[in-house]
Amino acid sequence: MANAAVASPTATTISGRKYGSMNRDRKWALRWSYFFLILFAIFFLTPPIYMFITSLKTSAEISAESNPWWVYSPTLANYIELLTQNQYLIFFRNSAIVAVLTVLITMVISVIAAFALARMKFWGSATLATGVFLTYLIPETLLFIPLFKMFAWVNETFGIQLMNHWWTLIILYPHLTVPFCTWIMIGYFASIPKELDEAALIDGATWIQTLTKIFIPVALPGIIAATIFCFTVAWAQFLYPLAFTTSTTELVLPVGIVTTLIKGDVFNWGQIMTGALLGAAPPLIIYAFLMDYYIAGLTAGATKG
Amino acid sequence: MADIAARGSVAATGDSRSSLHKLMQRKSTIAFLMTLPLIVLILVLVAYPAGYAVYLAMLNKGMTRFVGFGNFDFLFGRETFWMVVYQSCLFAITAVIFKAIIGFVVAHFVHNIPSKGQRKWRGMLLVPWVIPPAMSTLAWLWLFDPSYSALNWILAGFDIERIPWTGETGWARFSVILVNVWIGAPFFMIMYLAALKSVPEQLYEAASIDGAAWWQRIWYVTLPMMRNIIAITALFSLIVTFANFDIVRILTRGDPLNSTQIFGTWAFRVGIESGDIPLGSAVSLFMVPILAVAATFILRDITKRGSEV
Repeated sequence: MANAAVASPTATTISGRKYGSMNRDRKWALRWSYFFLILFAIFFLTPPIYMFITSLKTSAEISAESNPWWVYSPTLANYIELLTQNQYLIFFRNSAIVAVLTVLITMVISVIAAFALARMKFWGSATLATGVFLTYLIPETLLFIPLFKMFAWVNETFGIQLMNHWWTLIILYPHLTVPFCTWIMIGYFASIPKELDEAALIDGATWIQTLTKIFIPVALPGIIAATIFCFTVAWAQFLYPLAFTTSTTELVLPVGIVTTLIKGDVFNWGQIMTGALLGAAPPLIIYAFLMDYYIAGLTAGATKG
Repeated sequence: MADIAARGSVAATGDSRSSLHKLMQRKSTIAFLMTLPLIVLILVLVAYPAGYAVYLAMLNKGMTRFVGFGNFDFLFGRETFWMVVYQSCLFAITAVIFKAIIGFVVAHFVHNIPSKGQRKWRGMLLVPWVIPPAMSTLAWLWLFDPSYSALNWILAGFDIERIPWTGETGWARFSVILVNVWIGAPFFMIMYLAALKSVPEQLYEAASIDGAAWWQRIWYVTLPMMRNIIAITALFSLIVTFANFDIVRILTRGDPLNSTQIFGTWAFRVGIESGDIPLGSAVSLFMVPILAVAATFILRDITKRGSEV
């Protein structure tokens, strides 16, 4: 829009008056930009704000006929009730352990593999890199049914029950995170000048030393971006826990809120919104503090590679 | 890397031929070992299940007998199946188009304002993407609540009748698309914003000297420059939207009368909840064609750019 304003007055006239009108046009373009940005911001932020409003209400106020967008008698009862309730804390703990361990496993696997794929060309390495990217495009909705059956088979042959345990998710989630993390780490590693690791090799460093002493420190922004991506995916995953865990002690947050706080047709909305808001807090906090890394991770998938 | 190995062997002299060979061999062995966890993970958790899904889809309900294409035959004869096909395509295509348009427009507005304010706006507008979809869909579910809908309360202020957001086929379809657009549009915005920043300013200057109007500058400069990123973002989003699960599952559970059911949610209903694993597997396999097409295009774009660099 601002560019449009530059275009409208003929660029050849150098009179002050023309410049004045150009400035005015630009000002209007700016005002319109802000106007529409505010509209979009309202659209984008309404649900989370409404979550917060509802979380401060009592059940009586929620079912009252009063203005739903205002809190007449704010209360923290929902928060206190949820945070003193064992069940919700178990969901939170399960989610946290699953997400953190998924991040650790993913980063170890993908950083090492990305290093090998980016720097140590070997037979089939290019194909493997493409294959890794393709894997990322296979959605979990395609895989959960065969995995369900495979778990039954594991139980029959090895006697290990994978169903209905939260730690099963730690085994499963890496397949959602490793391909993308490997892919963006290949991009970051490939952008490191070859002279750096050649110098290290000449100085007698082993491959492992080159990785830990040079690649990881230099590509640290990429590693942080990948870690954030990995955490948000593991935290938000909904289908696998819904399909593979059922008892209330084994659930993770998203599924826990949906299945235990919604009892039949009785919706305790104050608690559901509080639970959802607290569940959304960890990714939001990470995002608030590490926004640039977060965005780097988002755009890396398409702009790198 | 080969030249390093070569340099190493020159330094060693003497039995250069065999030591070079050994070194190469050792390096590729190490490299293979380093990628082994990745390969095992992909084989066990992605490749094998994907192949297994095809096999499962050809068994009878009790998984005791091989029935070939029996399950697919059965699906083709069911009206619900065709409704799911229709809804999946409608859902994915409409949602992606609106995400792309909203993302493009918002990215432009953010790009327009002075750069010191851009960070703040960008940060604010990306929030829907950061909240786990399951949580934000719950907020929408509550906004759409049949009796206490806060959206209907606002509409009542304008004398508009209460809308059955998730209760009626047409509105329910609209609602799931709306929520999907709400979650996905910020992602498009971020991608397009990054692309907008990379368009050289000189091109716009040249265009304005030639007297191009604002829409001409978007049509002839911005769009061609961003074509690649627009295509790849849209294709990528098409895959994710087509395979969506949580939004539909939480918002409507596929109701009313399976009219908002898409492949992912219907496969869950049939395969896990009704216990017909082969049929559920057959349903989910119908996602493969569209995924394959989108993946081919994405891959072509990536290898093309790879060879350019």
